[in-house]
Amino acid sequence: MILIDNVRKTYNTRLGRRTILDGVNLRLERGRNVGILGRNGAGKSTLIRILAGAEQPTAGRIHRGMSVSWPLAFGGAFQPHLTGLDNLKFVCRIYGVDYRTKVDFVEDFTELGVYFKEPVAHYSMGMSTRLAFALSMAVEFDCFLIDETMAVGDSRFHERCHNELFVKRKDRAFILVSHDANEIRRHCESACVLHQGKLHPFPTIDEAYAFYETATL
Amino acid sequence: MKRLAMEPAPGSFLKSLRVQWRVIQALMMREVITRYGRENLGVLWLIAEPALFTLGVSALWTAAGLNHGSSLPIVAFAITGYSSVLMWRNTASRCNSALIHNFNLLFHRNVQVIDVFITRIMLELAGTTASFTLLSLFFISINVISPPIDLLQVIGGWLMLAWFGAALGMVLGAATAYSELVDRIWHPTSYLLFPLSGAAFMVEWLPQRGQDVVLLLPMVHGVEMVREGFFGDAVRTHYDASYMALCCLLLTLVGLLLVRDAGRRVEPP
Repeated sequence: MILIDNVRKTYNTRLGRRTILDGVNLRLERGRNVGILGRNGAGKSTLIRILAGAEQPTAGRIHRGMSVSWPLAFGGAFQPHLTGLDNLKFVCRIYGVDYRTKVDFVEDFTELGVYFKEPVAHYSMGMSTRLAFALSMAVEFDCFLIDETMAVGDSRFHERCHNELFVKRKDRAFILVSHDANEIRRHCESACVLHQGKLHPFPTIDEAYAFYETATL
Repeated sequence: MKRLAMEPAPGSFLKSLRVQWRVIQALMMREVITRYGRENLGVLWLIAEPALFTLGVSALWTAAGLNHGSSLPIVAFAITGYSSVLMWRNTASRCNSALIHNFNLLFHRNVQVIDVFITRIMLELAGTTASFTLLSLFFISINVISPPIDLLQVIGGWLMLAWFGAALGMVLGAATAYSELVDRIWHPTSYLLFPLSGAAFMVEWLPQRGQDVVLLLPMVHGVEMVREGFFGDAVRTHYDASYMALCCLLLTLVGLLLVRDAGRRVEPP
């Protein structure tokens, strides 16, 4: 179970403290999933960073009773001088996975060919995206954090990501944040709306969508 | 499929320690490849870089006759002095930029702010120590300098310098999470501290008043200890190991407190 308990996050700005998350609560059981709808700047990415553990909440706490991924397909931790293989080894070492058991999968999924052993700096956007996604799949997390990543790449890539994540790993929990209600409707069984620092839960996605369309404009 | 148990049971200290050590090893390998690449010397640059600095400075000091007419062998004087500077200055500088360069790694749950610092501290100390050892061995083997009179004393002083460098690194590194000013101020400060750090002089050479002031700086005690070990009775040294230990202890405490809080403060760059 993942529990977000009254989490607040404020940032210092030139105009004083700005509250991004103002007492957010959420509970997610193993194997379940939730979509979080929010406009640009609503605090979706902040919430994801806090869930991933990259930032600490100003107040409140997060309980993680299962392993939580880094934001899916997040490529920001790539080091441009390292090769795709180096990055795979690094991630596997961090999480205590034997990288040799993952090389075939990553090579196959990314279709990098000889570039797998070239520095990431030489990769095209598409190659980096494929590598980032494959690395996220190399570690078997209980819960995946997804930050609108499915929006990039071509349709074939979408389909393969979909297959890896929502078909092969359909027993896992995930939290998907997006500003696109259709995205959430397609993948999630329940939805919340993040608006003015509060997280509003809804029993159905339609109700969440109705609120999203009216209240947040 | 096999799942990971990444969150160790609460209280399972040993398990956490194992995870941390694994993470630090991974970070070290990543750091080394990132910094030095795989071309030419690769990881050996970790040693070669400080060694080149020390060699260059030794050559300059020899030319300038910085031993001030004392009977001290100038090469040994320069190696002990400049290596000591590298111990605290490089470690602190590397830690200063650690958070900015590594923020994205914090997206991995297992990587904590302190791991980033420990990694850089360990690499820097290891590199400088290896360079110091190799240079000493090299010059001893070709009879340019004589072996240390008291090796244990050298090691003791060296370890004190390592402790000082590590603690200073943590304090400065974590302080960058509070204000960018830390980085800006550290550069001129380290530059000014260098001539005062005891690297280029023996405390004995200073007038009484100068000695009192300079001995307020913890690293001066470390250099004096190393040199006493190297030169034995040929030099009169002034140091107080317990004073230096106290300073290091305080810095370590402040450093750990700051690091804990830096984890809460750190924001995407």
